Amino acid sequence: MTFHQKHLLGIEGLHPEEIRTLLDLSETYVDLNRAASKHSDVLAGLTQINMFFEASTRTQASFEIAGMRLGADVMNMAMQASSIKKGETLIDTALTLNAMHPDLLVVRHPHSGAVNLLAEKVNAAVLNAGDGRHEHPTQALLDALTIRYAKGRLHRLSVAICGDIAHSRVARSNILLLGKMENRVRLIGPPTLMPSKIEEFGVEVFDDMEEGLRDADVVMMLRLQRERMDGGFIPSEREYYHRYGLDAEKLAFAKPDAIVMHPGPMNRGVEIDGTIADDINRSVIQDQVEMGVAVRMAAMDLLARNLRAARERERADA
Amino acid sequence: MSDTLLTNARLIDPEAGTETDGALLISGGLIARVFAGPPPADTGAAVVDCRGKCLAPGIVDLGVKICEPGERHKESFRSAGRAAAAGGVTTMITRPDTLPAIDSPEQLEFVSRRAAEAAPVRIHPMAALTKGRQGREMVEIGFLQDAGAVAFTDADAVVTDTKVFSRCLTYARALGALVIAHPQEPGLTGGAAATSGKFASLRGIPAVSPMAERMGLERDLALVEMTRARYHADNLSTAAALPALERAKAAGLDVTAGVNVHHLTLNALDVGDYRTFFKIKPPLRDEDDRLAMIEAVGAGLIDVISSMHTPQDEESKRLPFEEAASGAVALQTLLPAALRLYHAGQLTLPQLFRAMALTPAQRLGLPAGRLSESAPADLVLFDPDAPFVLDRFKLESKSKNTPFDGARMEGKVLKTWVGGREVFAA
Repeated sequence: MTFHQKHLLGIEGLHPEEIRTLLDLSETYVDLNRAASKHSDVLAGLTQINMFFEASTRTQASFEIAGMRLGADVMNMAMQASSIKKGETLIDTALTLNAMHPDLLVVRHPHSGAVNLLAEKVNAAVLNAGDGRHEHPTQALLDALTIRYAKGRLHRLSVAICGDIAHSRVARSNILLLGKMENRVRLIGPPTLMPSKIEEFGVEVFDDMEEGLRDADVVMMLRLQRERMDGGFIPSEREYYHRYGLDAEKLAFAKPDAIVMHPGPMNRGVEIDGTIADDINRSVIQDQVEMGVAVRMAAMDLLARNLRAARERERADA
Repeated sequence: MSDTLLTNARLIDPEAGTETDGALLISGGLIARVFAGPPPADTGAAVVDCRGKCLAPGIVDLGVKICEPGERHKESFRSAGRAAAAGGVTTMITRPDTLPAIDSPEQLEFVSRRAAEAAPVRIHPMAALTKGRQGREMVEIGFLQDAGAVAFTDADAVVTDTKVFSRCLTYARALGALVIAHPQEPGLTGGAAATSGKFASLRGIPAVSPMAERMGLERDLALVEMTRARYHADNLSTAAALPALERAKAAGLDVTAGVNVHHLTLNALDVGDYRTFFKIKPPLRDEDDRLAMIEAVGAGLIDVISSMHTPQDEESKRLPFEEAASGAVALQTLLPAALRLYHAGQLTLPQLFRAMALTPAQRLGLPAGRLSESAPADLVLFDPDAPFVLDRFKLESKSKNTPFDGARMEGKVLKTWVGGREVFAA
C-alpha cells in the first residue's frame, strides 16, 4: 500500500503507485456502497468540514455522503454567503476554522492555488474539491475509476477530452492523471478555449472533432460555462453545438465501443446530445457519479490514516 | 565639512568603462580629484582605506515607489531612505502612483518636503502624466516641472486613449519634459497574473502573451515619431519588444528604455507553488526573454536597470495568486541581484553601473552617476564577492515582500556617501 500524501491538492504530486492504491481502495468502497448496509467507522471521531467558496451541489453532496458513510462528523459551510462577504481573508477564515480542530477539510475556491495556500495554514488534511482552473483531483480519480471499470484497464487507451479546456480544472487533472498512467490524451476544442503551450504536456491538440475523435476509446465531454457563450470565446451556442457538440454522427468517428463521459452538470444540446447522454450502452455518466462517492471515501480514508499516523508519531516524540 | 580621501579602491568608472586601482578625494561634497594609483601623502584629508574593494558612483534608481501619501504603513520616506542607503542607492527617482497620485504642484511639494526632512539620500520625484493617472486630462506639466518633477509617468496605468497620449507627448515636448511609460496593451493584459505558456497553463493562472508588451511599445513609438517627444520605455521585459526599440533608436528618436532587475534575474518558473512574492507587473517571463534582456543591456539597447521597488504589506500578498498584489521591494537587493549577472560573466561592473547610475542620471539631467572630478560625491563602496543568505526580516523597508528571501547572494554594500557625507556603513 503506497500513499504518502498529507493532503490531496492535485494529481500533479501523486505517484502512479499512489493513484493505483487509491483506485484499488475505491473499489472496496464501490462494493460497500452497493451493499444493504452502507456504513463503516473508519472516520469515526473525526470532523470533516466542507468549505465551498464557489457554489456546488453535486461535488459537495458527494463529499458529504462519503464522509457520513465512513462515520465522520460532517459539516457544510457555504462560504460564498458568509464571512468572505464581510471582508475576511482566506487565511483568517482558515485560522478560525483551524481553531475548531477539524481533521478533514474539503475546499473549493474560485481562484487557482487558493487551496494550496489554505493547506499551508491548517493542521487538518486538506482535499481540493476544485480550485479555479487549476486542479480537481477527485474528479480525475473518479473518471479514472470509471474508465477502469468500463475498459478493464487504465493504460494504453486513447482518451479524447473535448470542449473548454482553457477554463477547466477537470481537464488539467485528467491530462495529468491519464498521462501518468501512460495513456494517449487528445484535446479537442476551438483554439480560443485551448490553454497556451498545452501541447508541451505531451498531449495532441485538435480543433476538429472528426480528426480528434478518430479511434478514441474514451470520449470525455466538458461543460461549457454559460458566460463563455456570449461571443467572447465562441460565436454562438448553436455554432458550438454544430462543430463540437457530441451527437451520434460525431461519436461514430470514435471506436465502436468508445464510452462517453461528462463531469456534469450537462448542457444538453450545447456540448452533448441528450440521446447520447442517456444511451446506457455508451454513456457512463451515471457511473461517474457513483464512482465519485467511492473515490472520495477512499481519499479521505487514506488521508485520515496518514493523519492518525502523523499524530501518533508526534505523541511518541513528545 | 572636512575633506575625505578614499584610498586603495577599485574604481568602477561607468563613463570611461574602466576598472582601475586608485584613490578619490572628496571635497565640498564633490569629487575633487581622482588618482590613478596611490595618492600624494600630503592632501590633509581624513583617510578611508577601501582595502581594495569596489568604489562606484551611487545607484540612481529610476522608479521607486514610496507609499507616502496614502499607505505609509507599507513604506515611508524614512524607511525607504534607510533601505536606499543600505543598498548603495544614492538617488531615488520616486513614482507618482501613490494614493492619491502625485498630479499637482501642491502634492509634489509635499513629497519634496517629506523627502528632505526624512531621507538620507537624494530624492527626485516624478509626477503623473494625467490627472489621477486616469488617462483623461494632462497634468500641469509646466508647474510640476517648476516644482521639481524630473519626469512624467502614469506608471503601470497605460494611457489608453491615443489622442490624449499624443497630446501629452506633444505638450511635454514643448517643455522638454521626459515622458515615461510602462508599455502594455491593456486589452490583452486585463485580468492576467502571469505570462502565458506551459507553466501558467499548468498552474491555471490567467495569463497574457508577451506580445502585449510589443504592441504597447509599438504604439508608443509611433506616437513618439509623430510628436518627437522625449520618451523612456520603462519596465520592458520581453524579447519581442526589442526590435521595435532598436528601430526607433536607429531612426534617431529621443528614446531610451529600462528593465526591472527582477526580469534580469528571475523567470516565470520561479513562481513555483503560487509564491506571491514573485508576482510582479509585468509578470516574470520565460528564460529566453530573461537572456535577451541581459544581452540588450550589454549591447546598450536597454539603457537603465532599476529596482522598480514596490512595497506591499503581508495582507495584500497572503492571498490566492490571482488576487494578490503585484510588486517587490528591491532597494537593498538591486545591487546583489544585479551582481549575479557580473558573477555569471554576462555583464561587467562598469556596464552595470552605466545602467544603474550613469545613464539614468544623464537621462534625467542630473549631475550624479559619474566617477569624475566635480561630480557629486555620491558613492558606494562594496565587496562584490561577499556571500550572504538574504533574510527578508532584516531589510530596512517596512514591507518585506522580496522574492529573494532565503536566496544565496553575493555582494555587500560596505559604505555609502551622499554629497560626501557617509549615510551608511556596514
